Amino acid sequence: MAITPIIVALRRHKAGALLIGLQIALTLAIVCNALFIITTRIERIGRPTGIDEANLFKVSVQRGGLPSDGEAAKARLDADVRTDLAAIRALPDVADAYVTNTLPLANSNWTGWLGQTPDGDKVGPSTAFFLGDEHTLATLGLHLVEGRNFRPEEVLPHSLRDRVAPAQLIISKALAQKLYPDGDAIGKTVYVGPSAPPTRIIGVVDRLQSSTVQAWAESFAWQTSIVPARFSFTYRTYAIRARPGRLDAAMKAVPDALYAVDPQRVIPEDDGVLSFAGIRARAYRADRGMAILMGAVCVILLTVTAAGVVGLSSFWVGQRRRQIGIRRALGATRRNILNYFLAENALITVGGVLVGALMAFAINAWLMVQFELARLSVNYVLAGIVALIVLGQASAFAPALRASHIPPVEATRS
Amino acid sequence: MLGYYFFLALRSLRRTRMLTALMVLAIAVGIGASMTTLSVMFLLSGDPLPAKSGKLFFPQLDPSTGATLRHTPMDLLDYTSAHDLWQAHRASRQAMLANAATRVQPTVSGQAPFIVQTLATTSDFFPMFNVPFRYGGAWSAQDEQRAAREVVISSTLNQRLFGGANSVGRDVVINGAQLRVVGVLDDWRPRPRFYMVVGARFSGGDTADLYGPPHDVYLPMPTGIDIAQADMQPFTCWSDGMVDPHHMTTAACAWVGLWVELPDVAARDAYRRFLEDYDDQQRSIGRLTHPKLTRMMSLHEWLDFQQVVPADVKLQTWLAFAFLLICLFNTVGLLLAKFIGRSNEIGVRRALGASRKAIFGQCLVEAGLIGLIGGLFGLFMTVAGIYAIRQQPVAYADLVAVDMPVFVLALALSLGASLLAGVFPAFRASRVAPALQLKVQ
Repeated sequence: MAITPIIVALRRHKAGALLIGLQIALTLAIVCNALFIITTRIERIGRPTGIDEANLFKVSVQRGGLPSDGEAAKARLDADVRTDLAAIRALPDVADAYVTNTLPLANSNWTGWLGQTPDGDKVGPSTAFFLGDEHTLATLGLHLVEGRNFRPEEVLPHSLRDRVAPAQLIISKALAQKLYPDGDAIGKTVYVGPSAPPTRIIGVVDRLQSSTVQAWAESFAWQTSIVPARFSFTYRTYAIRARPGRLDAAMKAVPDALYAVDPQRVIPEDDGVLSFAGIRARAYRADRGMAILMGAVCVILLTVTAAGVVGLSSFWVGQRRRQIGIRRALGATRRNILNYFLAENALITVGGVLVGALMAFAINAWLMVQFELARLSVNYVLAGIVALIVLGQASAFAPALRASHIPPVEATRS
Repeated sequence: MLGYYFFLALRSLRRTRMLTALMVLAIAVGIGASMTTLSVMFLLSGDPLPAKSGKLFFPQLDPSTGATLRHTPMDLLDYTSAHDLWQAHRASRQAMLANAATRVQPTVSGQAPFIVQTLATTSDFFPMFNVPFRYGGAWSAQDEQRAAREVVISSTLNQRLFGGANSVGRDVVINGAQLRVVGVLDDWRPRPRFYMVVGARFSGGDTADLYGPPHDVYLPMPTGIDIAQADMQPFTCWSDGMVDPHHMTTAACAWVGLWVELPDVAARDAYRRFLEDYDDQQRSIGRLTHPKLTRMMSLHEWLDFQQVVPADVKLQTWLAFAFLLICLFNTVGLLLAKFIGRSNEIGVRRALGASRKAIFGQCLVEAGLIGLIGGLFGLFMTVAGIYAIRQQPVAYADLVAVDMPVFVLALALSLGASLLAGVFPAFRASRVAPALQLKVQ
């Protein structure tokens, strides 16, 4: 089929063709970027933390009004924590438990850095600290790839602003690779910040995500450390693994048991007891909301654009009834007419998506500056182009089909 | 004439129902999306204290010591610097403030204790930020100085503890200490919680929580230090050794903010000089050791610097307007199709003496009518959109509401947008040559 007559005909509808082309261009530009944002957010939400999340939950408690000043107070708080832990571990629905400052995704990061020399001149890789004991690996379901677990005697009481300076440390594989690219981190000595006592790396776990998903900590989200310390402070979090299938029961039993030990404590109503699924949902709720919104925008945009194509094509068909009749009378088949309108649509769409692809990259460049987004991959644009061409053809099909049914006799009417 | 055009437009719209429905729908969706995000954007980026925001300033300096040098001051001050500056009383009003989480023990038996967000501050806080009182008022400067066991509570906490009754003179037990209520705030929901915006600039745009309700408990600073010192929430600490949370007044931690009210330029300059002089003097006695980093931002600059408007909201607003633009393109295309499709009718009218201007006007009236109908549907979409946002688990959800300006703006925006979309098609229609059309007939 000759393309020239289509172009000649389009010249008579410059404005309409240009408008629908521009609309397709803008739609492509926005849909590509929206899809890109959706997949980025979904990938973020889907990242495994490295822990076994099923049957895991946390209970945060606060105990104001107790002195936490000095060694005596710390010893008393530590005794409280041991009593709490004994009570929790004794429950029939509980598999294991430990006390900590924070959990992955719980949005309360303790950060520092690990130096390889004691003088602290050279800042080492950043890391996020989790306090834990010999039950931590089992409770979280962490996979120890090298070295050993903590021993009970290595776990010391730790108050809120005690310096993190343990004798032993278990680190994530990501952190180990950052520190020792050649491998073999076990037995090496590191220093937690400047002029710190030496710390020996005794174990490496496969994967452990830090506590926050906020942008500032993204660069070291997987560089995590477990410190052998029992968090003995007025507020603290118990990480608890329920026996399989007993999560709900355990989530009720643990607060009751804790209140029985000390009725003066506070377990916050809204987020004191949370399953790990709940922690995860809270951490990523903004990402989820954004992905849904972007998805809705894409669907509506594509619908509006499709409606525009249907509207304009129908109008053009109506306008050219006489010409179609003449062509049919001169021997054009129905198929010829159908193809003509589909080709016309394809021509406009291709023009639109070419401009739209440029616009997509321009918008992405602007988003990269304004919102620190990554570079748009060409695949999204290619997918968008294919989608819009299919959409254009599908939208033009019904009007084109109607055009092909115009009888040759139309040529004689006016 | 306008009435006649209006009548013609109605008839024309009824004749091409499908096309009209498409255009109305496109405009309604575009208006709905942009008005929803615009409502949120207005709400979140508004001035929290319009009468005063240009007069409030946040003095800063760098009190940190040790090996790590800073390029910008920390978001809060150490206690010594804040207290020195505050005590000098060089501004017309000044208030120190610090965040803490404290434990309230209800006096009614059977109720479990709970944690409340607490602000330790000084008495100027209330008049300086126009904080409204329902009952009672702020504590006196004398009571503050002697660390009187007094407290101001929010209306929310008053509701929870005392069922909303006038609780002035009654007792609240916080962190085990018995405090007398001297004031109950009226409903007060600054947006954002501007007086304590700390660290937001590091959150990567995740700032929605700044729009939640303000603090529930306000303690005189010395009282707060007495009963809640260990619960204070520092911005950061810079000591290499252990920080004792029970000696926060001397700790190497930034945990106290200072706001000053400076009514005019002269006062501002004077205060800047005072801040510089204080920094120099502290340096000369060796308490401050790092290179000088003084700064004094206005409330407005501070909120900008902290990037308080959530990044997601900004992105959504841009998106919504791009969306509206596409809907407009759509409308232009469809209007063009519609008007050109009526070439015959227009040709006849032209031949009967209608001027180009008259045709142009008639087409614009039709475009405007579509815009108005689209705008009305758009309002429904806006109401639905705002309802959807209110269901979201974000701190500002309860603040978002449909109000009169949104209604007026939505209608104006859709009318303006549709007229704009109508200009080109109407112009094209008005160029239809009468003779040619009659010939074809």
